[in-house]
Amino acid sequence: MSDSSSYTTAGMRWLAFRRLVTAIVKTAAVAVITLFGLTVFTFSIARYVPTDPVLAVVGDKASQATYDRVYKEMGLDKPMYVQFATYASRLATGDFGKSRFTQNQVFDDLKRVFPATFELATIGTLIGVLLGIPLGVLAAVRRGTWVDQLSRVIGLIGYSVPIFWLGLMGLLIFYAYLDWLPGPGRLDIAYQYTFESETGLVLFDAARTGQWDVFFDACRHILLPAALLGYFSMAYISRMTRSFMLNELSQEYITTARVKGLSEARIIWRHALRNAFVPLITVVALSYGSLLEGSVLTEMVFAWPGLGQYLTSSLMNTDMDAALGATLLVGIVFLFINLLSDVLYRVYDPRTR
Amino acid sequence: MSTPSASLPSPVSWREWLLTSEPQSRRQARLGRYYRGWLAFSRNPSAMFGLAIVLMLVLCAVFAPWIAPYDPERTLGLQTARLLPPSAQNWLGTDIQGFDVFSRLINGSRFTLMAIFIVAIITTPIGLLIGTFSGYYGGIVDAVFMRITDVFLAFPRLVLAMALVGARGPGLENAIFAISVTAWPAYARIARAETLTIRNNDYIAAIRLQGASSLRIIFGHIIPLCLSSVIVRVTLDMAGIIIVVAGLGFLGIGAQPPTPEWGTMVSAAKDQMRDYPWIITSAGLAICVVSLGFNLLGDGLRDVLDPKSARN
Repeated sequence: MSDSSSYTTAGMRWLAFRRLVTAIVKTAAVAVITLFGLTVFTFSIARYVPTDPVLAVVGDKASQATYDRVYKEMGLDKPMYVQFATYASRLATGDFGKSRFTQNQVFDDLKRVFPATFELATIGTLIGVLLGIPLGVLAAVRRGTWVDQLSRVIGLIGYSVPIFWLGLMGLLIFYAYLDWLPGPGRLDIAYQYTFESETGLVLFDAARTGQWDVFFDACRHILLPAALLGYFSMAYISRMTRSFMLNELSQEYITTARVKGLSEARIIWRHALRNAFVPLITVVALSYGSLLEGSVLTEMVFAWPGLGQYLTSSLMNTDMDAALGATLLVGIVFLFINLLSDVLYRVYDPRTR
Repeated sequence: MSTPSASLPSPVSWREWLLTSEPQSRRQARLGRYYRGWLAFSRNPSAMFGLAIVLMLVLCAVFAPWIAPYDPERTLGLQTARLLPPSAQNWLGTDIQGFDVFSRLINGSRFTLMAIFIVAIITTPIGLLIGTFSGYYGGIVDAVFMRITDVFLAFPRLVLAMALVGARGPGLENAIFAISVTAWPAYARIARAETLTIRNNDYIAAIRLQGASSLRIIFGHIIPLCLSSVIVRVTLDMAGIIIVVAGLGFLGIGAQPPTPEWGTMVSAAKDQMRDYPWIITSAGLAICVVSLGFNLLGDGLRDVLDPKSARN
């Protein structure tokens, strides 16, 4: 008897495992298609640019013969799908082209600027999660009270106020008027040229090498932009937490738990929130992605030397290889975050086990 | 004494005529439904507040030349009238070029309204058509369109719009075009989801048995039913579109100075914000108020038109 039951369990595990593998394969297939679409998008933009790519290389004084030679060398005489294949295979090897403005390989530039954005967006998301989830839970539990109203107002402001304006107002108040916080930038000018950041993550490197004065200076610099991004993340996460919690709290198992005499705190935090956590994974991932987007504007306000600033200044200089490389990187990070949240969702959702 | 006709009620009984439980005609039933919707909507104070803001925006845009005391793009004097603080002559002061800030704000409403109007006009029909056709026909059409929307929905709208604007060059028209390209997929997804639930209903089967063509079914029976949820989504999106337009203006790749677009105004005034904060504050507040208005209006419309999704 025990044999047959263990056989059944093993069989069910096998089925569940197969379902998981199928799901992962499907998710990966969608990811590949999406990546292909993104590449088509950037390829078409690169082809669509009004400036002649050959003239950009040879200059407008070159003879017709030189022009024709470079035209051939660049593969522009080949059919479109061949050009696309060349483009895609170049990307696959990490060759994003060369930036006309910085004179570096775009790939190296991206490696240099990405950590600054990563640090900012990660701390912003942490703030958003740590404040947003408790606020959302409280708003759901005390529905209709001032906590609920507060979370609604925070949400509305988050959806209605442009992030770049809030950042400027923050600088105006806390830097220009009150002088509580330092101005734009990642580090004080005194440390900017003396501190070598190996990984590009200033906070991490400063703490690792024990240079605490640099660490605190970096903390003071990141406080305002990270709090700003954190606010927008919190606005979104708290609203979604609220609606997931309301959904959970109306389920029958909550009534059962109450009838069993469990304490309200245990019901809310251990039972309801635990189930609300599963859809929240997707929400946090989405919010992390949108912070990457929000960081474009935030970085312009705070002179933060990250991906957003690189993207914007490349566009302003019509440095298209650099701009499209940055766009691709944002797209790939987005895709990766979505994939990760999909996989986590499947691992943690008991129904998919 | 003549008996009052059912279709021409006396003015006193408008309300009763609209709210009757036994409408005499389709028109009466439809108008009655609209009236009930309006009653529900008007009982919601924040939705009414949102509606008031949006109406104000429209009025400002239409009557801008009459409301604004000065020409928004002509200086009041480069030597005498630069960066004046707010006063009785210049309610919100002047900027670094001697432009009257209040006049620029009022005229800026035209660009904001134009941007969201054009985006809505372009994207709503495209989203509706693609969504309903995909949902109705299914199969390969559906698969191809949905993968395309996947690509657009998977990536941040601002960054895609930036890349598009980069290719076409800065300017408000290109910004509007770029936002439109990135906005339709969301509406297509909503219309498709609605179509999938409507498609297999008995009444659709009944019309089909009567010999209605697929086009007739889609245009006459499916699109009208998808419309309300798409309208709700478009209204809520307007707030986001206003912010993206302003963001592109702020980055210098949207509307170009001296166009009095609000984001461009914030960007132009940021270097003097410490000593002359009124320009940046008022332009930013204008963006906030208008986008808040669309958010509140959209929430209110959702409660009335799309009660299913409003419950959460």
